[in-house]
Amino acid sequence: MAEKTVAAPEVQKASMTESTRHQERYVAPPVDIYETRDGLVVLADLPGVAKEALDVRVDNNVLTIRGHARHVVPGEVTYREYELVNFFRQFELSDKVDQGQITADLKCGVLTLSLPKAEEAKPRQIEVRVG
Amino acid sequence: MAELNPWQTLETFRRELDRVFDETGTRNEPFFRTAFLPGRAARRYPLTNLYEDKDAVYLEALAPGVDPSTLSLSVVGNTLSITGEKRRVAGDVKPEAFHRSERATGKFVRHLQLPVEVDENKVHADYKDGLLIVTLPKAEKAKPKQIAVQVG
Repeated sequence: MAEKTVAAPEVQKASMTESTRHQERYVAPPVDIYETRDGLVVLADLPGVAKEALDVRVDNNVLTIRGHARHVVPGEVTYREYELVNFFRQFELSDKVDQGQITADLKCGVLTLSLPKAEEAKPRQIEVRVG
Repeated sequence: MAELNPWQTLETFRRELDRVFDETGTRNEPFFRTAFLPGRAARRYPLTNLYEDKDAVYLEALAPGVDPSTLSLSVVGNTLSITGEKRRVAGDVKPEAFHRSERATGKFVRHLQLPVEVDENKVHADYKDGLLIVTLPKAEKAKPKQIAVQVG
């Protein structure tokens, strides 16, 4: 699975330019990708993104994750170590992924995507015939 | 003898500092990669923001994927301690199965000094969408008092 957009550090840098354009600031969320027998699992850290504010789509073999993070805390900020930013990242999918069967689950700020392998891409046991 | 130019001295100093920071690499490294490395950022996880209104102090911590059962908070005096563990995956996945591994994971402890005295008995915490939100009501004596002005 290849990554389509620029790598994380570059996106990060772009986000630091103008602090007033808050709505347009995006960073690439860190992801883990691992493979199981049946497919790929993508885990992405998306803190502050509610289910309604998350958009995951597949279009033209490109998987797009876009999320808007929002503060929910009342009061005036007195000490700040981070700012919540919006997330955006794209991945190019191979034909071996069954795109109709992708499932997404958002829990505790972590998005889990399961990308099942297409039938023909699954490992197959080949029977050895002794004849 | 060369004339003393304070701006030039400052400029040299600034470049020297830039060089030092460039070498350590922390400036260009996104936080999520270094969050759990020992010595570098181990004491700064989770990152926190503090908010305040007249009744309470609110702490918001950036902690996606922390197992809620491992999260524990305690308040002693005006020190708040947060401990917990962020696991990479729920089950058992072999290291060689990973194609990418960018998320920082591990155990953490963080102690924070609160700016005011709080009422320890009324502290409550929520964990939602990867954000830990702790509401710390101020102690009675730390709340602002309105003082009436007598016109005489």
